[in-house]
Amino acid sequence: MAERPLSPFITVYRWSYTMTLSILHRVTGVALALALLGFTAWLLSASRGADAYATLTPILLSAPGKLLIVLAMAALIFHCLNGLRHLAWDMGWGFERTDARRSAALVVILTLIAAALCLYAMFRSGTGGA
Amino acid sequence: MSLRAPLGRALHHGSAHEGVNHWLIQRVTATALAPLAIWLLIALLALPASDYATVTRWIGAGLHPVLLALVVLIGAWHAWLGVQVVIEDYVHGHLARTLALLASLFVHVLVAAGGLYALLHIALAGHA
Repeated sequence: MAERPLSPFITVYRWSYTMTLSILHRVTGVALALALLGFTAWLLSASRGADAYATLTPILLSAPGKLLIVLAMAALIFHCLNGLRHLAWDMGWGFERTDARRSAALVVILTLIAAALCLYAMFRSGTGGA
Repeated sequence: MSLRAPLGRALHHGSAHEGVNHWLIQRVTATALAPLAIWLLIALLALPASDYATVTRWIGAGLHPVLLALVVLIGAWHAWLGVQVVIEDYVHGHLARTLALLASLFVHVLVAAGGLYALLHIALAGHA
């Protein structure tokens, strides 16, 4: 197994911002796996009754907790939108360099707008939001 | 000098013929998760309050337990496939990689089982 050929590694290429989106897809994917773990813990706490729920939820709804939730939501939005890009490529659409750059810019802009809306919705009141 | 033929050295080091299946399931689960994720995000942000009664009532209402079960199960499946690729790319060494892959599998199955149990418990609590 040791002497198998490796494909050219990342440092070989000149950096372009589409590559940043590519690695961010992985980063957000791993982050979302952790977020699913947290979401399941929250569901479990709710299933164990009001007392169990009351121990976990105040931590989630503290300012750092809310910020973490907004980051998870932003990761979900980005991963979802960029995932649609990947699905389009799998169908053979949007593979041209200009198309890939344009769709990358669109994903970034839409993610920023949606993340700003999530930030506003989470912090609009003391008790509201999830 | 090895007495093994070049063909014998090359065999069984390549594709196990399951790569396409992995790739395809990742895409199929992604397609299923896209609308589920949008629904979950909007539904969570639209919750009027975050107290126990409001949240458990929302979880148990109508089709919500079914959709949430799909989020947890398909989400865990998709995450397991994705994390597997990340581990295979970045964790080197046979033992470390095998342990990381096993740990990832166990955690993802645990998430799926725990989430499903929690949802059933909440959804059926009113009917017990």
